[in-house]
Amino acid sequence: MLCTARRVIPHQLRRQIAQATTTTSPSAFLSPAALRRLASTLAILEQREGKLNHGSLSAIAAAQKIGGSVHGFVAGSSIKPVAEEAATAEGVEKIIAVDSGAYDKGLAENFAPLLVENIKKGGYTHVIAGHTAFGKNLMPRVAALLDSQQISDITAVESENTFVRPIYAGNAIATVESSDPIKIITIRGTAFAPAELGKGSAAVEDGVDPKVESQTEWVSEDLAKSDRPDLATAGKVVSGGRGLKSKEEFDKVMQPLADTLGAAIGASRAAVDSGYADNSLQVGQTGKVVAPQLYMAVGISGAIQHLAGMKDSKVIAAINKDADAPIFQVADVGLVGDLFEKVPELTEKLKK
Amino acid sequence: MSALRILVPVKRVIDYAVKPRVNKAQTGVETAGVKHSMNPFDELSIEESVRIREKKTAPGGVEDICVISAGPTKAQDVLRTAMAMGADRAIHVDVKEGEDLEPLTVAKLLKKAAENEKSNLVILGKQSIDDDAGQTGQMLAGLLGWGQATQASKVEFGEGDSVSVTREVDGGVETVRGKLPMVVTTDLRLNEPRYASLPNIMKAKKKPLEKKTLGDFGVENQRRLKVLKVTEPAPRQGGGKVEDVDGLVAKLKELGAI
Repeated sequence: MLCTARRVIPHQLRRQIAQATTTTSPSAFLSPAALRRLASTLAILEQREGKLNHGSLSAIAAAQKIGGSVHGFVAGSSIKPVAEEAATAEGVEKIIAVDSGAYDKGLAENFAPLLVENIKKGGYTHVIAGHTAFGKNLMPRVAALLDSQQISDITAVESENTFVRPIYAGNAIATVESSDPIKIITIRGTAFAPAELGKGSAAVEDGVDPKVESQTEWVSEDLAKSDRPDLATAGKVVSGGRGLKSKEEFDKVMQPLADTLGAAIGASRAAVDSGYADNSLQVGQTGKVVAPQLYMAVGISGAIQHLAGMKDSKVIAAINKDADAPIFQVADVGLVGDLFEKVPELTEKLKK
Repeated sequence: MSALRILVPVKRVIDYAVKPRVNKAQTGVETAGVKHSMNPFDELSIEESVRIREKKTAPGGVEDICVISAGPTKAQDVLRTAMAMGADRAIHVDVKEGEDLEPLTVAKLLKKAAENEKSNLVILGKQSIDDDAGQTGQMLAGLLGWGQATQASKVEFGEGDSVSVTREVDGGVETVRGKLPMVVTTDLRLNEPRYASLPNIMKAKKKPLEKKTLGDFGVENQRRLKVLKVTEPAPRQGGGKVEDVDGLVAKLKELGAI
């Protein structure tokens, strides 16, 4: 396809490239053939306090599936070391870095115009970020500024304009084709393994900084401290629900199990709403979506909103005293019984 | 401080407790004869607006709470529910059944609506539970050039039109501060929506409901995304149950999970 395009329409293509560079309008990229030839993706990487968020390297992995060139983008204060680390990611050709403390907190009001300027300058056809708190807040604003209809939370790339995404809490899978000249996409991190570091040597280049003032300012944050693996990327997750009865019991039963397995702790909405666990641990349609090797659901009935967040796990195990709980319909292995007896027994047996 | 003129966009969606079924033609989800209700996140938006008025948390007070929905005639039901919960009036933008608008189009419509209604605060749900896109609020803020605070779990007002919002983010919460006019999207922890009482449901029938069309807002239903197909997710095979903890450990080992 690529070769044909190159052979048949070199003049037309050259003209379009010329147009694209002389005008800021994204509609300069009209011919589908030219689009194929020119597919180039900007993968938005996240950093926090000078550390690259390795999970965000999934954006590079997804970008590679589109074909064409892949550039990465980072912004923040003293960004050089982050950019250099990202430059070693497999498959990335260039890292665009903007060094400014104004972007440290990822405020959409100034980050969106920053991205728009760099997207226009680079002539990108695709822009990809993770469907994380950062990506969810930022990307639709970018899309609106570019008059593009964003495609959220994709789980697969079928072609450069066709993408697969779950709808209705994962109860249906939609395949959608975008006709926008610039495709703004957020990806489900668990569906794309992050690009490996240490395998590439991309150039680092300064991006443009339009220095737009943000209408909001960052005031403070309160992040749950944890030595456990990050819930969204953990290989194993043990998750507790309403059946744990109280915060004390939740901690007493779930923590030793998580420690023994080296697992992250998750929770159902019921457990979070009842105050047994922190909001940030919620797994489900409105919380985190996880897909670990092992997901162990303890005292969780398995409402559709919860299943939306974990049913792509490789192995699901469930412990519940209600033999008719819907969780057993999706669990690879289920145990009916009182979790207050079974989980400590399981923890002991796993230790051996 | 300016008096608040709050615009609350609401969406009629398949009820959250219903398990959606993909239709035979694989073009979408069966909606005929399926229970619909207000998108749960939108209930939080209305509740928050009404609480701001009742608890007098905004120094300038609340002048108006206007709800708006774009959808088929039945969308008027959710607008009535919103008014029964305490909204003052409603705007229904008629869109034929099955001709759903994409978030960008909704954002363009809402931009015009916010300008027409002289709104200085728009409170939206963080996502609708049908399309799960989570875009409209941010797009609207971008189009209006207003500040945005998404996934709010707490909204507080200060002097000089300042608004502090605690946001749910990965790993915890963060607080941002902006100024009116502003766009806020609601997260689950923001509040617990009230039930509409029977007397309030009756009163809501008398509240004004304005009927409009997309043309009134100068927008067209232009679709950028073409749905090629909608399928059921690959079914998971339940693997059956084991008798005891030993059985569980053995099975997990067999499956290579531990």
